[in-house]
Amino acid sequence: MKARVTVTLKSGVLDPQGKAIEGALKSLGVDGVAKVRQGKVFDIELDAADRPAAERKLSEACEKLLANTIVEDYAVDYD
Amino acid sequence: MTKPLRAAVVVFPGSNREGDVARALRQATGEAPAMVWHADSALPPGTDLVVLPGGFSYGDYLRCGAIAARARIMDALTAHAERGGLTLGICNGFQILCEAGLLPGVLMRNARRRFVCQMQHLKVENAQTPFARRYRPGQVIKVAIAHGEGNFTIDPAGLETLERDGRVAFRYCDAAGAVGGEANPNGSVNAIAGVYNARFNVLGLMPHPENLIDPQVGGIDGRGMFEGLAA
Repeated sequence: MKARVTVTLKSGVLDPQGKAIEGALKSLGVDGVAKVRQGKVFDIELDAADRPAAERKLSEACEKLLANTIVEDYAVDYD
Repeated sequence: MTKPLRAAVVVFPGSNREGDVARALRQATGEAPAMVWHADSALPPGTDLVVLPGGFSYGDYLRCGAIAARARIMDALTAHAERGGLTLGICNGFQILCEAGLLPGVLMRNARRRFVCQMQHLKVENAQTPFARRYRPGQVIKVAIAHGEGNFTIDPAGLETLERDGRVAFRYCDAAGAVGGEANPNGSVNAIAGVYNARFNVLGLMPHPENLIDPQVGGIDGRGMFEGLAA
């Protein structure tokens, strides 16, 4: 089974990297960019008997390592 | 004569300040600390103090300190801390302790987007701990900072707890002791440079006291921490 985990900063958490990218896009003349927030994507292949088992494993992976839930949220999409 | 302090320094792939920490400990205790590899499962018997040094463990992959916080040695370190054993995390070591949940909060990228490498004044907020007992409350000390992710962030309730319980160890200030503002190099909330756990046996701080132990390199204000621990 394949899944994509997306980790993003919670709203309100300062994101200097996103700000810098936003500034660079503006300086490149890319129109209409109002705001940029940077996140992370993990493409994960896993052995799981079924979807609930996969959800349990990935939730554990996110809580234990992939996201720091003090400042980050995560979302999982399945193929 | 009291038993000399037995110290251990944990080395992760990418640690680079372990030698500086070892030198500071040797100066204060008269003995070289044990160097412990991250993949070990136990600390040397009788260890009183464990130091997590600065550096870039695992190249700062994922988040600073995130991978190191899940290293094999961390179970032994957690048990040591839970027994009340002294634990000190400096710079990357502070990030590791936060990632491991031994200290609250998280170190985010510096608000001004720059890696800062400079001398920095700190105000001693709590001098009643083994780490800070050689300082006076409110004393201004000069140490070094070198980090890109030192912006201490915590939820409002957590911050209130730290402030109420005297768990803020040091704050960034200027030479005259004025806290925050331009003297805050990374945007840390309340200019917090270091924090204690609830039992005051675990300290994490971004600045490097171990680099200010020799007058030839700018001052000796860092000695107090290691002398306090050794006392």
